[in-house]
Amino acid sequence: MSLAHIGLHHYLVVSALLLGLGVLTVATRRNAVALLMGVELILNAANLNFVAFAHFVEGKVGGQAFAVFIILLAAAEAAVALAIVLAVFRGFRTIDTNATATLKE
Amino acid sequence: MDQLPSALIFYGIAALVLVSAGGVAFSKNILHSAFALLGTLAGVAGLYLFLGADFVGVAQIIIYVGGILVLILFAVLLTNRIGDVRVTNLAVPAFGAAVPVLFSVIGLLWLVFRTPWPQTQAAAAPTTARLGDAFLREYLLPFELASVILLLALVGAVVIARRAARDEYLDKDPHHERLV
Repeated sequence: MSLAHIGLHHYLVVSALLLGLGVLTVATRRNAVALLMGVELILNAANLNFVAFAHFVEGKVGGQAFAVFIILLAAAEAAVALAIVLAVFRGFRTIDTNATATLKE
Repeated sequence: MDQLPSALIFYGIAALVLVSAGGVAFSKNILHSAFALLGTLAGVAGLYLFLGADFVGVAQIIIYVGGILVLILFAVLLTNRIGDVRVTNLAVPAFGAAVPVLFSVIGLLWLVFRTPWPQTQAAAAPTTARLGDAFLREYLLPFELASVILLLALVGAVVIARRAARDEYLDKDPHHERLV
């Protein structure tokens, strides 16, 4: 790994740090929307790995196809999760995950 | 050393990604977190372009920055009392979470540098044509399933959010007089 020649290791390091920050966000936040942001960070880290391996190891586009599918699933997940967040906020008047510990009001 | 400028651009984008992700993880104000997420998502799109994944990079900009980030901003503004920073982005003490995360990341980095990855020399050329070809050949079934999943998520989100809106309507109009 040399500093001037960007190789696979550089991308894997960025991706690992991004994953760590995402897990930290999910583990420490109490706001449901902030948890969702942490999930997006984790998905982006995984995507970066897929695309980097497709470029440096596979040499074809299979990893990019996986990345596109993950982006699509993230969009679906965000739409449903935010609808749930709005419904929870309507019932509890808060989206603090410590306060919304019951399934019914 | 003609690789030096592109290496510097890579380090700049990587720094943007990681600093913005740090902002998402540690900012006290959730609105700042949401805007920091913009830097992370756009930076990751830049890294995709570096890897010759032009379609994925543009899809990242359109879907993540144009779609998901706007949805998140809507949710933030609809559900929080933005003026009061202390209630917008509470966090449990980070130490208990930071130690295991730190060890996991160190383990990952150790694995990254220890593994002898088999490497090919791929040219940094656009891959959109080959990607489209792959979607209509070996990934045809997942491709069609993805469209069904998107439709399901669309309908599901509308049903969930609409029930909330209808309940609110009923509160104002308890005798169902104006209910559609």
